[in-house]
Amino acid sequence: MKNKKSSGIPLGVPTLTQKDFMSDQDVRWCPGCGDYSILAQTRRIMPELGIPQENIVFISGIGCSSRFPYYMNTYGFHTIHGRAPTIASGLKMANPDLSVWVITGDGDALSIGGNHFIHLLRRNFDINVLLFNNQIYGLTKGQYSPTSEQGKNTKSSPFGSLESPFNPISLALAAGATFVARSLDRDPEHLRSIIKYAFEHKGTSFIEIYQNCNIFNDGAFFQYTEKETKADNTVFLEHGEPLVFGKEDEKGIKLNNFQPEVTTVTNDSDELIVHDQYAENTTLANFLARMSDMPEMPHPIGIFRSVQQNCYEDMMTDQIAFAKQQRGEGNLEELLNAGDTWVVE
Amino acid sequence: MRKQVEQIQAATVLFAGDSGDGSQTIGTQMTETSAIVGNDVATLPDYPAEIKAPAGSLAGVSGFQLHFSSETIHTPGDSCDVLVAMNPAALKVNLHKLKDNGILIVNSDNFARKNLRLAGYADNPLEDDTLTKYQVFPVELTTLTRRALEDTDLDMSKRDLCKNFFALGMILWLYNRPMDYTIRWVKTKFSTKNPHLIEPNILALRAGNTYCEATEQFAISYEVKPAEFTPGKYRNIAGNTSTVLGLVAASHQSGLQLVYGSYPITPASDILHGLANYRNFGIVTMQMEDEIAAVGVAIGAAFSGSLGVTGSSGPGLALKSEAINLAMIAELPLVVCNIQRAGPSTGMPTKTEQADLLQMFYGRNGESPVPILAACRPTDCFDTVYEACRIAVKYRTPVIFLSELYIALGAEPWLIPDVDTLPKIEPNFQTEINGFEPYLRDADTLARPWAKPGTPGLEHRIGGLEKSDITGNVSYDAENHEKMVNIRAEKVQRIANEIPPTEVYGAQEGDLLVLGWGGTFGVIRTVVETKFEEGCAIGHVHLRYLNPFPSDLGEVLKRFKQVLIPELNTGHLLQLVRSEYLIEAIGVNKVQGQPFHVYELESKISKYL
Repeated sequence: MKNKKSSGIPLGVPTLTQKDFMSDQDVRWCPGCGDYSILAQTRRIMPELGIPQENIVFISGIGCSSRFPYYMNTYGFHTIHGRAPTIASGLKMANPDLSVWVITGDGDALSIGGNHFIHLLRRNFDINVLLFNNQIYGLTKGQYSPTSEQGKNTKSSPFGSLESPFNPISLALAAGATFVARSLDRDPEHLRSIIKYAFEHKGTSFIEIYQNCNIFNDGAFFQYTEKETKADNTVFLEHGEPLVFGKEDEKGIKLNNFQPEVTTVTNDSDELIVHDQYAENTTLANFLARMSDMPEMPHPIGIFRSVQQNCYEDMMTDQIAFAKQQRGEGNLEELLNAGDTWVVE
Repeated sequence: MRKQVEQIQAATVLFAGDSGDGSQTIGTQMTETSAIVGNDVATLPDYPAEIKAPAGSLAGVSGFQLHFSSETIHTPGDSCDVLVAMNPAALKVNLHKLKDNGILIVNSDNFARKNLRLAGYADNPLEDDTLTKYQVFPVELTTLTRRALEDTDLDMSKRDLCKNFFALGMILWLYNRPMDYTIRWVKTKFSTKNPHLIEPNILALRAGNTYCEATEQFAISYEVKPAEFTPGKYRNIAGNTSTVLGLVAASHQSGLQLVYGSYPITPASDILHGLANYRNFGIVTMQMEDEIAAVGVAIGAAFSGSLGVTGSSGPGLALKSEAINLAMIAELPLVVCNIQRAGPSTGMPTKTEQADLLQMFYGRNGESPVPILAACRPTDCFDTVYEACRIAVKYRTPVIFLSELYIALGAEPWLIPDVDTLPKIEPNFQTEINGFEPYLRDADTLARPWAKPGTPGLEHRIGGLEKSDITGNVSYDAENHEKMVNIRAEKVQRIANEIPPTEVYGAQEGDLLVLGWGGTFGVIRTVVETKFEEGCAIGHVHLRYLNPFPSDLGEVLKRFKQVLIPELNTGHLLQLVRSEYLIEAIGVNKVQGQPFHVYELESKISKYL
């Protein structure tokens, strides 16, 4: 991973610990909620990022996950439903030296804020987005969400929901996201490493986190997170490595007529897909993303895509520098007096 | 033989044609020249929402009305001395605005059967008695322009596009105006992308001018002497440009980077276009995916310690209302420009109206007090938006700046202000760690600290949930909620402490006070001036501060037997004044997408004198 820190952020603040990132507010999620783990991993990894806490800002929308900023002893802004990406964009643009984190959920990012979500990704601000996907509306007490499976029975869909779910990874890739990853609330180590990679990526980093809502959608991801089933239902993506999974890494994934397919690993496994997270072309990433829509395929966990592209805030800063170089630093007196003027004696 | 020149005090010229005919361009040029030679000017562009409605149709007529005078004027004029009609539709739409015996110049080349039919004329009005009460000058504008451009290598359709400059050349002759300023503009305008269009347009301009000089058709020309102005340096400026400069000035004087978030919308887009040019002032313009994102980035910028501004029109304001409410409870500086157009819904995007006032007051959930300021004329946009920025920064609050299409697109001479005389805007960022609390307030203004991210030791969290007094932590406490609602209202109310005393024009007490706000200023002032000079006990107050009202307003209102409130809505300020001051104010209302005419208001006002 390339070091991308801009000069404005002092490097190396080794004395911070996770306690420094705990605010004085009581955490008020339901006992057993997956959000606790995500908060804990975030607090744990923050000291390793090497930036002082005053340069870190958490911006959230509305929903259970969006209470997150209140629990971090950094700058924080709990905004309005779906709009966190817009406020984060303005903040990052106005002060590119800040480390900006958007905390959002499946309803917040993909329903009410769907438009801002895709446009944030296409602008590629250097912002990190953590989407807590629990496939349900928790704060409003259990309606189906845009990632709920079709036919889901909830209070608002007693006869089953009618919509097909969004695949957040596919959506992010389609929107041109430069860093796309998936992790799990119940895999602390992996989650911490992905958060760190996201931070190190220069550009908008998107992480979908499978998060358990133990009240309204308990166990939605257990087959991917629990010991007995995890190995057979997930495939961990490693750049440059073939896609293998299973308790003994005995299964692999190959392409057959443009379809991913599970195969048994043999000594001669040339046919297996080798992961390339740095590919400019999104074909492979798209294949991997769509695997989670196929019941027979494991869900990929890890970094789908990580490519370098210009960031909006840098291009804007360059435009400003260029304009100043071309026209000189703005002079208000001259500006007001520009154009055809005349003097009345 | 030298032709006769007649001195006149003022004139109103209306250029009208298809929306692609360039009426706005030549209208603007005539305005610039008239202002530069020293006249007072007022303009009224009137164009359709469609970029190019079918050629020759009534729906596609675009007009630009210009009033210039050797006296101080406040309006673009009720009726016209000269109408330039490029086709029958333009004639049909605008003829009623031409004074009896007024000058009518028509492009007779366009009065063939097809265009007559499109305009709904059964017979050619140039040939029957439709136009007998006017001085009609049929001119083969297309033919003459083509002839003037014979030696250029422009193709025929491009040549025809120059005919507006032929018409402008004629009008410049008619009012004894120099062509130099227009020639210079043409050279600058086309120099980079279309240098081949410079010569043809200048040729057409000169040909129109020479045509009037040479033909016997035009025997008399007119002269309008310079008006008396306060000494100083002037330029001609439209309201939206004035708004742009006011925002740049506020950014410059406060030392705050301006971040302007916007989504294209008529008639506010010019502000985005204007600001986008000033990157060398460090100005960031962000054209966002929608109106909500546009206000969102402004709020994000405000949180970071920049001057966050968003601009739109009524429909956009409806979408932004939730975010404005967030800035209100988060108590962050934010300026929201609403360049009003005629509504409701999409309404009439290219027509003027003042019907968003109550939306600005009440269009948010919960108790949501937001300061509201309105500009009253094109040049006033500069001062008013600057003041909106000052208040936003000082009180840490969103401020709504109201303009309206009529003044946003209208133009007039502007006495260029001295930068050193602009009011101070001081961000006063919090840096002191000891005793810092996010919602600990200034004793005078009740403003909370502005502690920007990046400042060590001031890490804090804000948001849209109700705040605990002083700490700003989330609170559902009953008493605290009521207290915070009252504090937020009181903070806005305290702005009134620094609003200057209300200026009453005309009688300081007596029979009738005409109370207005926004773009109705010019018409009201014109009528009140006349009536006051006739000896009536009539006064005029025009409000810049709509929320809060000036603290002396109630007392001023009581000095008059009656209060009349003219508005381009069904009575918004009227409702506010009635409920606030419990007086029987009377509304004069017009909701036609058009400004008041002087005669309309005069007849209404006369009834109460």
